[in-house]
Amino acid sequence: MSKLKVLLAASALTVVGAAGANAATLDDIKAKGFVQCGVSTGVPGFSFTDDAGNWQGFDPAVCQGVAAAIFGDTSKVKYTPTTGKTRFTALASGEIDMLARNTTWTLSRDADLGFTFVGVNYYDGQGFMVPKALGVTSAKQLDGASVCIQTGTTTELNLADYFRLNNMSYEPVPIETNEEARTNYLAGRCDVYTTDASGLAASRAAFDNAADHIILPEIISKEPLGPLVREGDEPWGDVVRWTLNAMITAEEYGVNSSNVDDMVANSDNPEIRRLLGVEGNVGEMLGLDAKWGYNVIKQVGNYGEVFEKYIGSNTPIGLERGINAQYKDGGLIYSPPIR
Amino acid sequence: MTDTATQPRSYEPGNHPDLPPPLLTSGPLAWVKHNLFGSPLNIALTVISLYLLYLIVPGLLNWAIFDAVINAGSREECKAIAAGACWALPAIRFDQFLYGFYPDHLHWRINLTAVLFFLALLPVLWDNAPFRKQWLIYSCIFPVIAFFLVVGGLGMEEVETTKIGGFALNVIIGVTGIVASLPLGILLALGRRSQMPIVRTLCVMFIEFIRGVPLITLLFVASTMLNYFLPPGTTFDLILRVLIMVTLFSSAYIAEVVRGGLQAIPKGQLEAADAMGLRYWQSMRLIVLPQALKISIPGIVNTFVGLFKDTTLVVIIGLTDVLGVGRASLSDSKWQGLPEEVYVFTAILFFVCCFSMARYSTYLEKKLHTGHKR
Repeated sequence: MSKLKVLLAASALTVVGAAGANAATLDDIKAKGFVQCGVSTGVPGFSFTDDAGNWQGFDPAVCQGVAAAIFGDTSKVKYTPTTGKTRFTALASGEIDMLARNTTWTLSRDADLGFTFVGVNYYDGQGFMVPKALGVTSAKQLDGASVCIQTGTTTELNLADYFRLNNMSYEPVPIETNEEARTNYLAGRCDVYTTDASGLAASRAAFDNAADHIILPEIISKEPLGPLVREGDEPWGDVVRWTLNAMITAEEYGVNSSNVDDMVANSDNPEIRRLLGVEGNVGEMLGLDAKWGYNVIKQVGNYGEVFEKYIGSNTPIGLERGINAQYKDGGLIYSPPIR
Repeated sequence: MTDTATQPRSYEPGNHPDLPPPLLTSGPLAWVKHNLFGSPLNIALTVISLYLLYLIVPGLLNWAIFDAVINAGSREECKAIAAGACWALPAIRFDQFLYGFYPDHLHWRINLTAVLFFLALLPVLWDNAPFRKQWLIYSCIFPVIAFFLVVGGLGMEEVETTKIGGFALNVIIGVTGIVASLPLGILLALGRRSQMPIVRTLCVMFIEFIRGVPLITLLFVASTMLNYFLPPGTTFDLILRVLIMVTLFSSAYIAEVVRGGLQAIPKGQLEAADAMGLRYWQSMRLIVLPQALKISIPGIVNTFVGLFKDTTLVVIIGLTDVLGVGRASLSDSKWQGLPEEVYVFTAILFFVCCFSMARYSTYLEKKLHTGHKR
């Protein structure tokens, strides 16, 4: 019985005021001293814990960037691991301030669920992986194949659409998690494994003989992944949006975490000077310190650095820049001007 | 002496040394003959079992022990050293698996809570303990101590509940659920057999509703729906919400187990209690419940073991329990591709706890086995 009483007492104690869905998220964040950031519970390269127990990865880097922009300190982030099922409620209810969790930007999520996607930090798409021994070189040759597919995801719907469109049939092998897919696929219980191309590359990287498997050239869906915030608080959305844009712009102009001090002192380029707060007042417009851009680049790095650090070709994940290259290099990564 | 070859062997009166019994009637060989090779079916089963063990055990031992690596910095390094299991991941992240994100310098508080918990458990489990009465008072205030030790306050550094994770989170949810659901379950069971229609209807509705819904649904209600029910701007602590749901869930099951025990008590017992002038609560406390609970022990422990393992379901609502830590660790590209090691490690943790609970229940049954021995 005593335990019960404690529970009741404890519940009274922990009913505390939350940020809620009110308008001045940025002011709330400044007052409480940290950004509450939703991340995924684990996607290789995109979100994981390191040996010391800190959240790292391509998605948490966006949260760290926002913290650097507001506080000049990347450690002022509190992470809430969210699953595919809890992420939107967590954001809508105000439990988290922003969500950086490889979430696909779709019309219904934007309009119907009441969120604002502030940009895209990774352009993904659904692909297929097959063993080389199968002798398949194109997804069009997959008629009658058995396919490992995660249930209840958009990938399942995309797969059905694609096979119907090409008058092919397939036999689904339903699986629940990435690791399950890996085990089933390697054991030969399905001929093909399909999920986002980045996930395929990440899975393949951990195979004992990765060279025996190929990822087919066809990408059958658009999956623009990016951070999002609640609708209705534009000033806060702007902070997240322009933090991401600052990282992209920095790469475009060759500013990175190691040369940023030099750039502050010596650069004549007005774009760089505005970004780093040497001239102009873009920081003030966002409600941030003038050095916000400098802090983001100095402490987190530019877009390319973050990409290479967590998912790039030198990591075990081994993703090429591909369409995630800067627009100058033929990719889709493009930031509006910072002025 | 006469010729032994033609004469039956006989002994003359007097002292003779004791001879050992024939080889195949006692000792290990007899046991083997009797238990493993007693009949043709027995022989066949033994041979098949030995063959299966021969197939499985060497490979398993090689993987888990002989070819295993414990000192390495990444999966690559592990595989470079040997082909077996890579225990380096649970070894390096041992603290993470046990405590989640609880601050390193405060791990002692979790450990102290665990030690204090066993001290609080002792007088409950051991009824000949010295100073048992005083000790039980400590057991009753232990939950308060535990709450402040884990969460902080009272001058100690506060730790947000989101930092609590790993196996400690499973144990906290499991133990709270177990401790809180037993009294609640007993009350529900009594309520369900009550003569008072409103109490009985409420209890039946509660039990049937909770039993008719999977635990995972209740956890989703705890993590997502409550946000919509509560007025905007208020939020319960997520772990607290989970604790409440888990307690309610298991109390409904306990109630049914205890009700089974109550129904096994002959009506005469209650009538005798009435005849002695005992009131309802007295007769329940002194006569009916001690017998009913004794019968219910296997069922109760069964529910508790199940509940303890069910705590891993919280991973689905994004809490980083021991499986959550495992999932996040496996996403580190340094360690990706080691699910077997993580799940085997987790299984061992759970097995140790659940097996201890099962052994205690066996001991308790033996101790309370008065008068029903066959």
